[in-house]
Amino acid sequence: MGKATIIPFGPQHPVLPEPLHLDLVVEDEKVIEAVPQIGFIHRGLEKLTETRDYNQFIYIAERICGICAVGHSLGYAETVEGLMGLEVPKRASYLRVILHEMSRIHSHMLWMGLAADAFGFESLFMHCWRLRERVLDLFEAMTGGRVILSAVRVGGMVRDQDAATLAHVQEVLEGIKDEYHEICRAFLNDSSVRSRLVGVGVIEHDDAVNLGMVGPFARASNVVNDVRCKEAGAYAELSDFTPITSTDCDCYARVEVRAKEILQSIDIIEEMIARIPEGPVFEKPKGSPADGAMACGALEQPRGECYYYAQGNGTKYLQRMRMRTPTSMNLAGMAAALKGCDLADVNMIVLTIDPCISCTER
Amino acid sequence: MGSFKLGKMTLKSLFTKPSTVLYPFEEKPQPAGIKGHIENDITACTLCGTCSRVCPAGALIVDRKAGTWSIDHFRCVQCKSCVLNCPVPCLTMAPGYQKPAREISRETLQKPAPSPEELAAKEAAKKAKIEAAMKAKAAREAAK
Ligand code: SF4
Ligand code: SF4
Repeated sequence: MGKATIIPFGPQHPVLPEPLHLDLVVEDEKVIEAVPQIGFIHRGLEKLTETRDYNQFIYIAERICGICAVGHSLGYAETVEGLMGLEVPKRASYLRVILHEMSRIHSHMLWMGLAADAFGFESLFMHCWRLRERVLDLFEAMTGGRVILSAVRVGGMVRDQDAATLAHVQEVLEGIKDEYHEICRAFLNDSSVRSRLVGVGVIEHDDAVNLGMVGPFARASNVVNDVRCKEAGAYAELSDFTPITSTDCDCYARVEVRAKEILQSIDIIEEMIARIPEGPVFEKPKGSPADGAMACGALEQPRGECYYYAQGNGTKYLQRMRMRTPTSMNLAGMAAALKGCDLADVNMIVLTIDPCISCTER
Repeated sequence: MGSFKLGKMTLKSLFTKPSTVLYPFEEKPQPAGIKGHIENDITACTLCGTCSRVCPAGALIVDRKAGTWSIDHFRCVQCKSCVLNCPVPCLTMAPGYQKPAREISRETLQKPAPSPEELAAKEAAKKAKIEAAMKAKAAREAAK
């Protein structure tokens, strides 16, 4: 039995994509405890509701996180629409789902690239990001932006998409699919990749439920937890939606769940494009949220369930805006997964929760 | 199972063009409708100030008295709400990103002083409006 040592890890560390600090209690290269600490990039964005009106705040909401920009603007818009009792045109909610699922594809591809980088597979990392670039090109053609789109506004969408653009989206996603299958094979069947992932960072189903884990991290422990099943907005009109889960509960399962979710998202987008109704995409909101009115909403972000709460005060400024992000729910699970792992696997396990600290701290 | 699952793709990329471009010597084509930067047709602008009120970043300053409209391109976050809310509309988002600069500066546009013809036209329009209102008033009184 060796002596326990504490190794500080992060917030600046070459393998960490996010400013997260971990105190790793290590004994003979085994981590016996990990104490996470956050709080390095708090920006006070929720407070800004006091100086930006509800139409302006959407541009702040989408800057909470670059990767889930569409998700945050969508979650905020839906919550404020609920606050004001505003009905969004059908076509707009279809377009929202299309953009949101596209952002899930680009987020998961980014994550898969980072994961490949974490286990030292550089060329796989580059191919993932090369494919992701095509999704960003699609965003650029559809909305004029690549990462921060400013495409959603309270009451609908900024821009309508014509049939030619939607057909182009479908065509590009079909093209991505073929190459993506090859990448998936490398992730799921390559023996060197498997040797880094299988059996690492296991969280059993019951522990996952007790720790309140969300998103792909929870689904990899066979917890059926997907807000899209709630069938809000255009998700209600999907012919069939079954969340992707796995029973393996390890890092490999988390890669597998995300890999399959990309294909599922492509299917959702194709179905949405095939069934999108005609009509307007914007309904101008009238007046301001009533004094004391409260609304909440939940949304399945690429990283898991994100919960929004808004309160009005009779003016065009919101009284309170609050969100609970997926990573804050998953940090406890991450600390549990790190217990007992090898020091060399720490970065892999931290990555498999897909941490987004800038969302968490806002 | 097995290794070298990515072999085919890796070999193929040996014989294809690189996916990246050599910026700034080469640039990617920008699609139509890209959010490049804000441009204002100052001759059409009425200096109403709506754009500066809706701008979430505080990038726009409209000075009615001095007849100027100015934008800080470094503050602008390309959200397009000024373009969507301009009543004229004289604002557009033109393609082409702003070039990097050494100093933060504002771009100020001065509304040109109206030409004599324009002034005369404006005066005539105002007169016509007053006359129409007087006529309507007279008609209303006659109806009473
Ligand atoms: S809203 Fe349009 S017309 Fe009014 S000041 Fe701005 S640019 Fe000029
Ligand atoms: S695009 Fe947005 S940030 Fe830029 S000037 Fe217009 S309103 Fe302001």
